Amino acid sequence: MIEVNRGRDPLLKRAFSLFRKSGNDLQILYRIRGRGTELLGVMKEGTCIDMIGPLGNRYPVPMNDSSTPIIIAGGIGIASVYPLVEQLAGRALVFYGARTKDDLLMLDEVRAMAREIHVSTDDGSTGQKGTIADSLVSFLSGIKSEDSGCRIYACGPNPLLKAVSNISVQHRIRAFVSMEEHMACGVGACLGCVVKTKGGYVRVCKEGPVLDASEIIW
Amino acid sequence: MTMNLSVRIGTLELSNPVMTASGTFGYGEEYAEFVDLNRLGAIVVKGLSLQPKEGNPPPRIVETASGMLNAIGLQNIGIERFISEKIPFLRTYDTKVIVNFFGDSVEEYAAAAERLSQAEGIHALEMNISCPNKQAGWCIFGTDPRVTAEVVGAVRKVTRLPLIVKLSPNVTDISLLAKVAVDAGADALSVINTLTGMSIDIRTRRPRLANRTGGLSGPAIKPVAVRMVYEVFKAVKVPIIGMGGIMSGEDAIEFMLAGAAAVAVGTANFVNPSATTDILDDIISYMENEGISDINDLKGAAHAD
Repeated sequence: MIEVNRGRDPLLKRAFSLFRKSGNDLQILYRIRGRGTELLGVMKEGTCIDMIGPLGNRYPVPMNDSSTPIIIAGGIGIASVYPLVEQLAGRALVFYGARTKDDLLMLDEVRAMAREIHVSTDDGSTGQKGTIADSLVSFLSGIKSEDSGCRIYACGPNPLLKAVSNISVQHRIRAFVSMEEHMACGVGACLGCVVKTKGGYVRVCKEGPVLDASEIIW
Repeated sequence: MTMNLSVRIGTLELSNPVMTASGTFGYGEEYAEFVDLNRLGAIVVKGLSLQPKEGNPPPRIVETASGMLNAIGLQNIGIERFISEKIPFLRTYDTKVIVNFFGDSVEEYAAAAERLSQAEGIHALEMNISCPNKQAGWCIFGTDPRVTAEVVGAVRKVTRLPLIVKLSPNVTDISLLAKVAVDAGADALSVINTLTGMSIDIRTRRPRLANRTGGLSGPAIKPVAVRMVYEVFKAVKVPIIGMGGIMSGEDAIEFMLAGAAAVAVGTANFVNPSATTDILDDIISYMENEGISDINDLKGAAHAD
């Protein structure tokens, strides 16, 4: 949870995923979309801000994992899965899509770290024209995913995560999705950021943000 | 200089006037890694009911100018699980535990209060008769004086714990409801709960909260809350716990000058997890700077001619 200004409007901190770490520096990657990110964008270098974290869980990559990790990033969702692509150096199959070519941040870096990358854009300005879900379906229909031991890790807009979840069920692949909800406290107290699952409401900030896609009631 | 920070809420003595506001501090454990819970005057836990409640569908919160709207819908684990799973943790701290509770009928309120009064480790009860996120009809507990009298009276009969009644600001005359609650047996009053509000997304043309309306909290409501504490102080003799947008020690002092014996910090916990103890430190510095030796000297001082 990161403070975006020193005043009281906006009041609440904003939740970001940790993008990169080098030495004592933490980096976040964001797209300017609302007032919070607008204020972050105009913040002067050297400004002190409050931050609490790290909070919540992470993508559950098994130890000594022999499965093929499929990593899915929709738009700015790349910020969340980027460390995973890095960690799985050379092993990940990445599906990365956005509205246009210009929205595909860090594409060269991701390409260099991935075993294989499938790029798509809504307008066809680069890669496949269409959605990530389309690319994923055509890829999976070409392989026997039940036997291959794939696991999906995804972050992006809700409609994408829902589509990925449905596809993973059809292909019997375990999928983990990083969810977003309006968040106030970030520490599990306000119960504002809940998502409905088969076991009832769970808090994105505490039990999440990464949830088992087959548990979520979309 | 020796300084007295302790305050009384009925028969309950708090080591200092800073408490948490129900629903903003979980069951205490959520903030244990940020705050030394021993330094809090009291922890007021998330509102409980006899049966667990699932709460409202999301989106449950939306940020507004200098505040936020929430429509959590009183999601809670139920009184039995609270007693078995949360009280043991709270009892390891040297602070007072105040349990906020509610029911869907007069009988349920009384049954909840009765059950809570049997448990060890609860120092006071706070009755929520003023949540803006319940279904239509529920709000009569906090807005219809006859029903307020009946429900507070029914709870009073079954508990000997200090009874705090949390008042709704969504009424024309809060001092009338304050008098009714005190006459029915309240030992203290919490002033105020959230103000009912709404925010509409102009792109989708729909209310932003799934529940459509929600409770407004944060600095945006502070002047309203201060005014209501001031009015209730004039109307009744029992201690008032002041709350509504307290972000700093200065805000807390303002509530005390209006008449609050203690204060509760709510939305500020979301912004700064150590807000409660930061506010306590601010209060102590204010007293040092102003040469005030007893916190109780501030109470109601703004009423002097």
